[in-house]
Amino acid sequence: MAEEFSLSLAGSRKRLVTDKLAKYGVTTGAVLVLTALLLIFVYLLYVVQPIFESADIEKQTTLKVQSQGKTLALGMEEQNEIAYRMTDGGLVEFISLQGESSGSVILQKQLAGKVTAFSQTIPSKGMMVYGFDDGTIQIIHPDFEVSYPNDQRLIEPSVSYPLGESHLTIDESGGAIKHLAFEMSDEQAGIAAVMADGRAVFMALTAEQNMMTEEVTWTPVSTVLPDAPAKVDQILLLPNLRNLYLRSGNRLAIYDISDVDDVHLTTMMDINSPGANVTKVRLLTGASSLIVGNDNGDISQWFEVVKDGSRKLTLIREFKAEAGIIDIAPEFFRKGFLTLDDEGYLGIFHTTGNTRLLSEKLSDKPLEAVAISPRANAILVEEPGLLSLYHLDNEHPEVTWSALWQEVWYEGYPEPDYVWQSTSASDEFEPKLSLVPISFGTIKAAFYAMLFAVPIALAGAIYTAYFMSAPVRSIVKPTVELMEALPTVILGFLAGLWLAPIVEENLPGIVMLIIGLPIGVLLAAFIWHNLPKSIKQATPEGAHSLILIPVVILVGYAAFALSTPVEYWLFGGDARKFLTNELGIDFDQRNSLVVGIAMGFAVIPTIYSIAEDAVFSVPKHLTNGSLALGATSWQTLVRVVILTASPGIFSAVMMGLGRAVGETMIVLMATGNTPLMDWSIFQGMRTLAANIAVEMPESEVGSSHYRVLFLAAFVLFVFTFCFNTVAEFVRQRLREKYSSL
Amino acid sequence: MRNWFKSGAPWIWMTGGAVSISLVAVVGLLVLIAWRGLSFFWPSTVYEFDLEELNGQRHTVIGELYDSEKVSAERVLSSGVKLPEQHDEVITRYLLKTGNREYVDLDFRWIMETQIKTKTAPQDIAVFERSTNGNFYGYVEGLLEAGEAVNATDKRAELIKRMERAIALNQQADDLQHGPIGSINYELERLRLKERGLALNGELDEAAKADFEAQRQALHDDYLVLEKELFAFRDQASRDAVIVRDMDGRQVTLPMQKVLDVHFPNDMGFFAKFGHWVHQLAKFVSSDPREANTEGGVFPAIFGTVFMVMLMAVIVTPLGVVAAIYLHEYAKKGPITKMIRIAVINLAGVPSIVYGVFGLGFFVYMVGGSLDQIFYPEALPSPTFGSPGVIWSALTLAILTLPVVIVSTEEGLSRIPSSVRQGSLALGATKAETLWRIIVPMASPAIMTGLILAVARAAGEVAPLMLVGVVKMAPTLPLDGNFPYFHLERKFMHLGFHIYDVGFQSPNVEAARPLVYATAFLLVTVIIGLNMSAISIRNRLREKFRSLDQ
Repeated sequence: MAEEFSLSLAGSRKRLVTDKLAKYGVTTGAVLVLTALLLIFVYLLYVVQPIFESADIEKQTTLKVQSQGKTLALGMEEQNEIAYRMTDGGLVEFISLQGESSGSVILQKQLAGKVTAFSQTIPSKGMMVYGFDDGTIQIIHPDFEVSYPNDQRLIEPSVSYPLGESHLTIDESGGAIKHLAFEMSDEQAGIAAVMADGRAVFMALTAEQNMMTEEVTWTPVSTVLPDAPAKVDQILLLPNLRNLYLRSGNRLAIYDISDVDDVHLTTMMDINSPGANVTKVRLLTGASSLIVGNDNGDISQWFEVVKDGSRKLTLIREFKAEAGIIDIAPEFFRKGFLTLDDEGYLGIFHTTGNTRLLSEKLSDKPLEAVAISPRANAILVEEPGLLSLYHLDNEHPEVTWSALWQEVWYEGYPEPDYVWQSTSASDEFEPKLSLVPISFGTIKAAFYAMLFAVPIALAGAIYTAYFMSAPVRSIVKPTVELMEALPTVILGFLAGLWLAPIVEENLPGIVMLIIGLPIGVLLAAFIWHNLPKSIKQATPEGAHSLILIPVVILVGYAAFALSTPVEYWLFGGDARKFLTNELGIDFDQRNSLVVGIAMGFAVIPTIYSIAEDAVFSVPKHLTNGSLALGATSWQTLVRVVILTASPGIFSAVMMGLGRAVGETMIVLMATGNTPLMDWSIFQGMRTLAANIAVEMPESEVGSSHYRVLFLAAFVLFVFTFCFNTVAEFVRQRLREKYSSL
Repeated sequence: MRNWFKSGAPWIWMTGGAVSISLVAVVGLLVLIAWRGLSFFWPSTVYEFDLEELNGQRHTVIGELYDSEKVSAERVLSSGVKLPEQHDEVITRYLLKTGNREYVDLDFRWIMETQIKTKTAPQDIAVFERSTNGNFYGYVEGLLEAGEAVNATDKRAELIKRMERAIALNQQADDLQHGPIGSINYELERLRLKERGLALNGELDEAAKADFEAQRQALHDDYLVLEKELFAFRDQASRDAVIVRDMDGRQVTLPMQKVLDVHFPNDMGFFAKFGHWVHQLAKFVSSDPREANTEGGVFPAIFGTVFMVMLMAVIVTPLGVVAAIYLHEYAKKGPITKMIRIAVINLAGVPSIVYGVFGLGFFVYMVGGSLDQIFYPEALPSPTFGSPGVIWSALTLAILTLPVVIVSTEEGLSRIPSSVRQGSLALGATKAETLWRIIVPMASPAIMTGLILAVARAAGEVAPLMLVGVVKMAPTLPLDGNFPYFHLERKFMHLGFHIYDVGFQSPNVEAARPLVYATAFLLVTVIIGLNMSAISIRNRLREKFRSLDQ
């Protein structure tokens, strides 16, 4: 018999092969599908991960510096192909960094005169100013012209003179220029200088364009700064030409120069860190912050903060390098900076991120100067006689744990705060990427939605499962569940365009409705209770909710009909004005109340459906036992049914919360989407999901903003996934428990 | 009373009340959408109001009653509107749609009941629906043909005859423009890309260049012929005009070319109105939107939604069914399978916007970007597949709805009694044969249910689509007469996004609002219809297997 059987199988080898093939086919297909689902998690993580990497440098080339002289300024053009170097001998040279010719000098220019002072503008302007021993200055700007002959990129350096090639006299009588600062915009320029005789001079230049020739002429006005310190170490000039700082050792003298005819000293203050001396001060990009380096390695950031109506330079945050600071180089477009210290360490910092991204010993010999490329992807470091080019990998310095989740003191803000403001028109904008306000908005929206949905959904579920007769239940349950299928875009549209104006105009009516509904129901119940027995017995058991439908409609109608009279009676005819003027509560038309109601409706069916299942599947012998022992049906419900079904009810609420947290369209349409941090029910919010929907399409691929939005999506994903898993797990356990009962 | 409270009866009533509230809310919501959406197409009476301002000035306003509300006088005063000395505490105000957008500042205006002196509904007020500038209300004064007055005994019949002629000509012109002329433009673009592709590969020699030039010239010649034809149609359509007297007594000449429809609502019986309503409803479903989506129909949005959803269904069904069969029939029953199952169920609860973000990053930028590099280098830097499009939307929604299909199919599989499987195996069938011949056909209603639920969910989803392919106005449909007919890389319009866009991003929300209700009604009908059919299929399936079990 067995032999025969195997024979018949052997005859259908093809069938067996097909069977195997089907098995492997299905398995492979399913594994692929499940991997695809896993891919979501992996991919989100893959995009998010770079923002938490710190900076990394890698040496590319080392070149010999061929000419003499101490370096005053070092820099690179955008493509990191050509570096420039300015020396104290007045030499300007361009050095090739890439290809076979690397290290060779491409262009050299010798300035006339004996150099006594030097300064540079903020990096994005890229201008340098030389001061000479005859009290004159010369402003130069390294230019790079890019052309594409034969589809090959060719960059040619040159030197231009923004204020003309001839020297500009600052002061004829004061002798040599000792210290110097210069800033320039399209219409204005300012030069500050300390002369050999100790006087500090400020010269303001105003541009005037000749209508005919379009030639620009600059008219200078100069004044001597009053009360200047005897020994000045450094001058700093703000590009907006409002303030001028004279540093004398550790003291900073702050001048108000906004009016050239009334230049005056506003205040003097110490800016060193305790027990240390200031070695160098630089302006951060955007020029509202000072970065102060000390000889013990402390670095501090200062900017002006408005307090009690006056502006005051305030210490914001501190960083720590390994040893005394020699040089500070701010980045071109971000709020980061580089430092060199006297033990040969390179430090990379970011102010908003409040972090040291890198500290690496580059050399045992003392380093001289550091420069960062405009795109912040290369660093040039000079040690005596040698120039080293490093590749810098530092894509997202502004995103750190503290920048995302802690209070950050942003430039121009009176105090540390949680702010989400991702984009702005200005280049020098400090992105404010705190996830706290939008996470708060998410929680707030979910909270108000749950506040509205949980009581209705749970009470409804309990009634449907426990009291309602089977035929009525088979109609009611699918009807409520139908709501789950309603596209949320429709709920959002109704909330924003239909409900929000109604709520705004009938505020007293809404409040009366919320109070009136339970009272109306109780009243109806009491009247019913006192009706003659004959009527009561004629109605089927479990018809309460059908009887109550007209009551609900009536209460609703009454609440809105009475809204305007009540408004007159209590609030002088305009409840909204009353709220704003008398109670000082701001009122947005699209507020949390509207979102709560609309999103509540979206969540009710989720909670209702799961909770109803849980209550309904409580084994009948438990309730029958309780009733047989003399408990009323309400007592049985509270002490037996709900208690037994409580894990299921819990999982229903969790599922509902998961849905409320991730809901996008309702929040997008029913709130103003302002990232506020305020629990007020009359104000809107911005949630994680809505924020993604609003900002994602405009976000630049690969930017910090893009990745932070992915992080927001990842947070949503993990959050809802965990919630749902807990809920699902509880539900499965409950099912097993029921089946064993 | 105390005993009554103690008995718990009031609390039972309260829970019952919660059910009533839910029911009232659901039904109320549906009725609201249906009422607002459908009543928009009903020709409403156009009133002529005689208004008196506070300073005694009188003027006439003609318009449809759009909305009316009772507001407190306080609120009216605080909004800057003046009221007569004596007024009630509560005032009724009416929102009028006055149309005639190019002649008045606002085509919607609020009037106070205190202003109204008389309100009449003259029989011969005409409502013109126009292709630009919205509706026009007024009295028909005369007809013009090529600038000369036309003598006609029955003015209305003549007007309608001439209007229909213009509409037919416009239709011919549009057909020409979107059909043959559109194809020529498409061909020209393809030639350009082909030439660029050859140039990139270094294969573009003089012969090829000349060939391209010749083809282009041929297309251009065709185009000139068609253009002439098009202008002829346009010329003929612009022959007639109608003179209308508006509410300020102005004689306005409306070119017939711009008139889409004319009716006299105050002179219509119930059946005439019903006929008009059906006609308008049909036009809404079948025509293109106009005036930045605030007027006209939603055909491209319906088409886009259906096309995308069908594409999604084609992708999601095999994947979901295979995964479910594996989980239920092949995978070992153990903790790992259980975990996978829970994970799959939970994916259904992950916010849809997360799928959108994934779709944008992975499908559009990563997969689409690579496809462009490999297959469409000649079109770069303008992306082909590397930008949001209908295929990426379908894929994203397929992943989003995969759990729905898997869960539903698994449920169907688990409902099939094991005796059926054992019977098949005992008769000598292999597992694959059992599956293919017995199990899958028996589970097909469950698969169908899952698919319908997936489609219903996908049709209502908007948030992820905003990232991966939906636009407010798509110039072309993803399916047309140009090779390769299916243009999966194109962006598309979607009913749900249409609601969001018209309701919240349009410049004239007031005018667009009824349209949004109508669109919402359409979407709700489709989705509820799909859900209902899924439920009924599921119930029938349950009955079937209940009898099998016994």
